[in-house]
Amino acid sequence: MSMNQKELSEQIISMVGFNPRQCMKCGKCSATCPALEEMDIHPHHFASMVCEGRINELLESKTLFRCLSCFACVERCPRSVEPAKLIEAVRDCVIRAKGANFLSPDAVPGKLDPELPQQAITAAFRKYGK
Amino acid sequence: MQRIGVFVCWCGSNIAATVDVAKVVESVKGEPGVCFAQDYQYMCSEAGQQLIINAIHEHKLTGIVVCSCSPRMHEATFRKTAEKAGINPYMVEIANIREHCSWIHKDKDEATEKAVILARAAIAKVNLNAPLQPGESAVTKRALIIGGGIAGIQSALDIADAGYKVDIVERSATIGGKMAQLDKTFPTLDCAACILTPKMVEAAQHPNITLYTYSEVESVKGFVGNFDVKIKKKARFVDENKCTGCAVCTTKCPSRKGGNEFNCNLDNRGAVYIPFAQAVPNVAVIDSTRCLHFKTGKCGLCEKVCSAGAIKFDQQDEIIEEKYGAIVVATGFQISDVTKFDEFQYTKHPDVITSLELERIMNAAGPTKGTLLRMSNKEHPKDIVFVQCVGSRDNTARGKCYCSKICCMYTAKHAMLIREKYPDVNVHVFYIDVRTPGKNFDEFYRRAVEQYNVDYIKGMVGKVYENENGRLTVQAVDLLADRRIMLETDMVVLAAAIEPSSGVKDIASMLTASIDTNNFLTEAHPKLRPVESPTAGVFLSGVCQGPKDIPETVSQAGAAAVKVVGLLAKDKLVTNPCTATPNELMCNGCSSCERVCPYGAIDYVEKEVNDHGKREVRRLARVNSALCQGCGACTVACPSGAMDLKGFSNRQIMAEVDAICK
Repeated sequence: MSMNQKELSEQIISMVGFNPRQCMKCGKCSATCPALEEMDIHPHHFASMVCEGRINELLESKTLFRCLSCFACVERCPRSVEPAKLIEAVRDCVIRAKGANFLSPDAVPGKLDPELPQQAITAAFRKYGK
Repeated sequence: MQRIGVFVCWCGSNIAATVDVAKVVESVKGEPGVCFAQDYQYMCSEAGQQLIINAIHEHKLTGIVVCSCSPRMHEATFRKTAEKAGINPYMVEIANIREHCSWIHKDKDEATEKAVILARAAIAKVNLNAPLQPGESAVTKRALIIGGGIAGIQSALDIADAGYKVDIVERSATIGGKMAQLDKTFPTLDCAACILTPKMVEAAQHPNITLYTYSEVESVKGFVGNFDVKIKKKARFVDENKCTGCAVCTTKCPSRKGGNEFNCNLDNRGAVYIPFAQAVPNVAVIDSTRCLHFKTGKCGLCEKVCSAGAIKFDQQDEIIEEKYGAIVVATGFQISDVTKFDEFQYTKHPDVITSLELERIMNAAGPTKGTLLRMSNKEHPKDIVFVQCVGSRDNTARGKCYCSKICCMYTAKHAMLIREKYPDVNVHVFYIDVRTPGKNFDEFYRRAVEQYNVDYIKGMVGKVYENENGRLTVQAVDLLADRRIMLETDMVVLAAAIEPSSGVKDIASMLTASIDTNNFLTEAHPKLRPVESPTAGVFLSGVCQGPKDIPETVSQAGAAAVKVVGLLAKDKLVTNPCTATPNELMCNGCSSCERVCPYGAIDYVEKEVNDHGKREVRRLARVNSALCQGCGACTVACPSGAMDLKGFSNRQIMAEVDAICK
């Protein structure tokens, strides 16, 4: 089932659970981001591009897989917009469209490391699991 | 049986677009007591009021219901209309079918049904209304100002000049407030002290003004025209009448480890101190928490060096009781807590400062005697970065959701002052939006860019850290160029959000004045009554009501003063006749009502009653109707249902509920 840009935009907004229109384009997310120079579309563009329904551009963006999910932008955003979650949601759309499962739960115990935070495992499922 | 007229207002399209007014008219015609009903486009207009007067005469109406806007808007209007037509003004009821109905509903059928229900409730109430007569109360011709900053000083001077007595209560040791801490003022760049201190002196010398500095309001009782206030004059441990302000004690005091609040704790002061050179009153004060005499019982050096014999270690707090007719709240603001924004390193690096700290550094009486220096090494900076909106326009738990309003202008001021005095210093301003509405304000900001070459960069700063060169690196993004910026600088100045002063909540609850979610005092009407609190006799001046700059504060202070003078000029105030009355046969003298009464209007008497032929002496509640404000707390508290409010009797309220549930 393929979705049009507007449906994708709505789906992303429902996935993140907040209103990206709260963004006031202050750029704090991009200013904070440690991986900014690696990105083609910068985090502060995500909120407005999702609202405008420019999802195809985002789906093809390098940014999706350059974002470290460090959540520094989420921590510091003054408008409760949580840009890393927006990026994550777009990334999920790409992965869902591929329909493949790159991480099976059975493979997880072998990869476990006591230093590894729980959040990283959950994030890995979101990134690599269907 | 009443003869009731129902008048349904369209309010143009405000009501009529969502409520079928004709249907409301038809629906209420069969209600008990209704002998006339009509709709009209603007009931509050001359023609609308005439329509009501004519109907009252023609149909011999004894009560009316107006279905219109909130009673806060036009209840007074329609009461006067009724009075003109010869019926008691308290025979008027308003059914609020605008704010409570048309404005909040989209579906016309639903809104119409609700409008009919609200009208029916009002009709049920009018059926039980009785004519009421208002009383009179006297006005104490004296005003109280809480807060001695520029807002309080200006309100006090204006009231005093009009010929009324005014007392200023200021919790710190001097009047002057935040403005006294500023170096220069925008948009003219004149020195804050030069324009403020003459007003401070004028307030101190005015025959109608009494200053209570180092004092706090302890309690407020009473009501408009008749407030009873207790003021706690904290012990200064210095005799105000003897101290000459020579400041010898302040230089000799050996306890100098504590920060100097006036200089934002950038330097230290003695335990005995005068806040600043032009303090009013120019009297020393001993900080007993830091004084060695209070801590160890020794020292007493100040006492020895004081040639006037003004040091009084045994001085006690003093309670002053005074009556006032009106109260102005002018409690001002403070800088919000920036320590939550650890990405800027404010708590970790001394070269990261707030704008108010920069004011003190730039001021000749400040910690650096007015020389711009890095606080870390006392060296001259080469670059300085300003960060706007730190905590402002921030809807997270760290910040304030509002715009602090003054930061864009004072940052432009700082940038220009620095570039003027030190042309070798590069000034960078990181902004989200530059907001400069105001006379000569945008021109001022443009001057910073065009003439002073200040580098304005659009984009919030991500983080600040100390680099290997011992300088600070600012990591940000230039949003217009969409590229990363790593800027090396010597100082970072944070434009921290402003918030209402601590303690404003206590003041508001003492005054029963309402505050909003940000602790700003609420005005009676955001547009038309901006300097009045919803609590009668309480007025608002300055930033306690919302962020504003000095010119706006002074204007508002003057406006509040006019309202106070208008009140104090009256000899008598008309009191609300809707007061509480106890039913003597039902009262059991339990004191529940006395305990909840916020106005002290209830006491008890021993009285003989005739209860169905049985004569006995009972303890009964008695309401002083001059003090009662008709809040209704006692009617709710009374366990035996003996207390009733005129105009809002239990029977009337139940009739309304019945009509709604019918």
